[in-house]
Amino acid sequence: MSEPVLAVEDLRVRMDTPRGTAHIVNGLSYSVAPGETVAVVGESGSGKSVSVMALLGLLPKRAEVTGSARFRGRDLLAMRERELRAVRGDGVGMVFQDPMTSLNPVLSIGRQLTEGLLAHRRVSGKKEARERAAQLLADVGLPDPRAALDRFPHELSGGMRQRVVIAIALAGDPALLIADEATTALDVTVQAQILDLVERLQAEHATAVVWITHDLGVVAGIADRVLVMYGGRCVEDGTVDDVFERPAHPYTQGLLGSLPQLHDGDGGGPRELVAIGGTPPPPTDLPPGCVFWPRCPVRGDERCAGEQPPLTAVGGGGGGPVPHRAATFYDAARDAGEVGS
Amino acid sequence: MSTAAGGNAHDDVLVRARGLQVHFPVRSKGLRRERTGAVRAVDGVDLDIRRGETLGLVGESGCGKSTLGNALLRLVEPTAGRVEFDGTDVTALSAKALRALRRRAVMVFQDPYASLDPRTTVGQTVAEPLQVHGLHRGTEARAARVAELLELVGLDPSVASRYPHEFSGGQRQRVGIARALAGEPDFVVCDEAIASLDVSVQAQVLNLLRDLQQRLGLTYLFVSHDLAAVRHVSDRIAVMYLGRVVEVGAAEDVSARPQHPYAQALLSAVPLPDPAAERRRERIVLSGDVPSATRVPSGCRFRTRCPRAFAPCPDVDPALQEVEPAHTAACHLHGVVGVPVAAEERAGA
Amino acid sequence: MSAAQDPVAVPARRISVRPARGRFTTALKLLLTSPPTLFATLVVIGVVVLALFDELIAPTGYNEVDVQQRLLPPGAGHWFGTDDLGRDVLSRVVLGAAVSLQVGAVAVGFSLLVGVTVGLLAGYYGRWLDTVLMRLMDVLFAFPAILLAIAVIAILGPGTTNAMIAIGITYTPVFARVTRAAVLGVKESVFVRASRSVGVSDARMLLRHVLPNAAPPIIVQTSVSLAFAVLAEAALSFVGLGTQPPAPSWGRMLSEGRSYLEDAWWMAVFPGLAIVLLVLAFNLLGDGLRDVLDPQQRSALEAARAKPRRRRRAGVGA
Repeated sequence: MSEPVLAVEDLRVRMDTPRGTAHIVNGLSYSVAPGETVAVVGESGSGKSVSVMALLGLLPKRAEVTGSARFRGRDLLAMRERELRAVRGDGVGMVFQDPMTSLNPVLSIGRQLTEGLLAHRRVSGKKEARERAAQLLADVGLPDPRAALDRFPHELSGGMRQRVVIAIALAGDPALLIADEATTALDVTVQAQILDLVERLQAEHATAVVWITHDLGVVAGIADRVLVMYGGRCVEDGTVDDVFERPAHPYTQGLLGSLPQLHDGDGGGPRELVAIGGTPPPPTDLPPGCVFWPRCPVRGDERCAGEQPPLTAVGGGGGGPVPHRAATFYDAARDAGEVGS
Repeated sequence: MSTAAGGNAHDDVLVRARGLQVHFPVRSKGLRRERTGAVRAVDGVDLDIRRGETLGLVGESGCGKSTLGNALLRLVEPTAGRVEFDGTDVTALSAKALRALRRRAVMVFQDPYASLDPRTTVGQTVAEPLQVHGLHRGTEARAARVAELLELVGLDPSVASRYPHEFSGGQRQRVGIARALAGEPDFVVCDEAIASLDVSVQAQVLNLLRDLQQRLGLTYLFVSHDLAAVRHVSDRIAVMYLGRVVEVGAAEDVSARPQHPYAQALLSAVPLPDPAAERRRERIVLSGDVPSATRVPSGCRFRTRCPRAFAPCPDVDPALQEVEPAHTAACHLHGVVGVPVAAEERAGA
Repeated sequence: MSAAQDPVAVPARRISVRPARGRFTTALKLLLTSPPTLFATLVVIGVVVLALFDELIAPTGYNEVDVQQRLLPPGAGHWFGTDDLGRDVLSRVVLGAAVSLQVGAVAVGFSLLVGVTVGLLAGYYGRWLDTVLMRLMDVLFAFPAILLAIAVIAILGPGTTNAMIAIGITYTPVFARVTRAAVLGVKESVFVRASRSVGVSDARMLLRHVLPNAAPPIIVQTSVSLAFAVLAEAALSFVGLGTQPPAPSWGRMLSEGRSYLEDAWWMAVFPGLAIVLLVLAFNLLGDGLRDVLDPQQRSALEAARAKPRRRRRAGVGA
């Protein structure tokens, strides 16, 4: 087993707010192997975006970040701003949700690409930078790349812009690509194009990918492994097959059960959606035990109410090299069932 | 979903559109501001919505589905064509009659954070239709009706005196639904009503909408880009592309056997939360971008991206034709049917 | 069935329900919590009281000339000293308060009424009405404020009443612009569309939705304008076009005290301080009012006032 590209250990993020201390991320640990795609799934407020922003030092100063995040052996959280800047855009590429705000509206596409290339000294001069920029745009499937170099972001469609953002992210040939809701704002056909593109580029460059999203469909298509987050914690993780076909944690089960299906297997009318009642707790006021306890329809073990259950292996799983774990006290394997039953 | 009374409520058409067009003029920026073109947001739509049914309207951004929903309620003025509501032509109504229409045909909006006036209480917002139409007069009667409506959507009546910012997105959307239902409407347009909500909250609201339809006998136009949600709630589905309806049929039929190449591409692009199915599937990836609505391609407007475009496509503007019972699609692959493009235009295409 | 399964009994953030009547008193209380606003409110109330009971509070009348007592420095019998005619400066300052407030209130009241109406109509209806109304406002706006006021007075003649009209006219375009800009923004809001979709008439829309949401910049502008109106009256009186002697007016007193700055500084300084204080108070009060009237800001204020660790239930079980 080669060394993981990214190894996050007990990541915690706290921030003081007028309403009290917000515990946004509460002990997140995971690793990403080279060439692997790990999806971090959760709804708004689960802490998924904040967790990656913490890795790259993108949170406001008053956020307290503890834990460690080793990128190729070096702890990102212990780095100073100067070192982090070297890592961002070089070892780690980032793609965020809104290409309009990730791209500078007053600079041409070519400028934005060459800027990064020159800054990280990957090319010997402006001419070579432009060549390489055109090559990158062609790689991401932009029609007429040379002409595109002189265009501005507002002249391109949403899908094209996101391709440019991906090109910039991959310009430094990074070992790790972090995408935060990268396709959420795009139409579904455009999203399909972008997902295709990322998969292809990933295969070509053996880049590891951390894909953050709330869309379980996207996860099923693109990820090897998935982490389900709720209330700042990981409540379940494993291969996509394990988690989707044998969800062990009640939150995952609830999430999957509440999704409307496009195609029903049995041909009968669409089944009733089983919604999870209530709303997620505010990060300033988390329950003492399992974060999901107040909304949990299963409540398999009284200990969950007072004590935070650790991630434990789900027995009777696929038995492959990747463990399937859920944060429950009771034996989740007993209750892990088919989705939509 | 059918009404509590049973299946036969479907023969009766509640809302009918014929040749509906909504074009927004584009003016030059100079001093004289001449009309240089038009954004053809809705470009000739014929649609029937039957009493008691849920018609799902899908399409991607810019296809005109929201504009169509607004035009049916005359929240945006049609530039051509007719809309009939329960037999009455709404395109030519007096102000008084229009207000009466607003009681029977309402909308639930997409953004729960913007659709409630931040300076009025939730109770006042829900009561507004009652005040406008003079229903449940008297402080007590009105308060009672507001309480009833809040309970109907799953909120505690005591929250009536609170302001919108004290609620979550899902709760605010419920308030929006309560307001829409205050005047006991027949027809509700849900314009991306769940798009801004979290996944688990979407399910709550979908269940609520379905429940309300059964209890109150409502007719829905469910406008959305989320195909799975549309499939879940709709009896029939209409697919829109660049201002036109390109396919209409029963929800099961359209989602299982789409006939129009665009609908096929759309359905193949929807990611499924099923890893095994995702690995198996063949995606139809469309090339290029959606053309601008100011320069719609002649003939079939989808031909510039269609993987199966052939000879008649640039020359004849396809009309909806039946491909199987109660399932229509506007595509020449099933037979060349439509309006031929005028010679001058054809030369330029 | 499902709606009953997941009722939302309590919103995630709990804030106590206030009956409609109690809201006014809580608003007042909130207004008084922040030190600057408290200070401003006290000053304004103080000046209002002075203005209302001026004759009772002032030790002497405004024109009790006693040449033998002229130019006395602040001391036992005359806390603010006396002016060049032996009149008690304190009394004249107190009596002048009424003039300043009156001019401020009436002038700004006029501009508010006319300006906001113009701005509402122009912003909401747009097109030719907007063009016509705003071009009219532009004409007024093109004149430097004091020049316009002077022009009006030149037509109407000097005096306090005419000063009020002049200042009122001068500030109308400002209110029209501020209102129009705010209305343009609010007009496009989804909640306006939503109300239109249930059949709300234009009149109701303007009064119940557009105006309240356009109010914050108007409120701030009101306080700024009140401040400027006081200054404008002072300026007009300073050059002799406003309040005529022997009636007291802070601006007038500044003017008269100008030549005595070296020998009898109290003649100009005390009225000057009064102007500064009142203008400052109006500005601070405007800011505070704007915050209190905004439901969101208000909740933040209330939360900050309450104990920091309020216990709240996290979510509701199904």
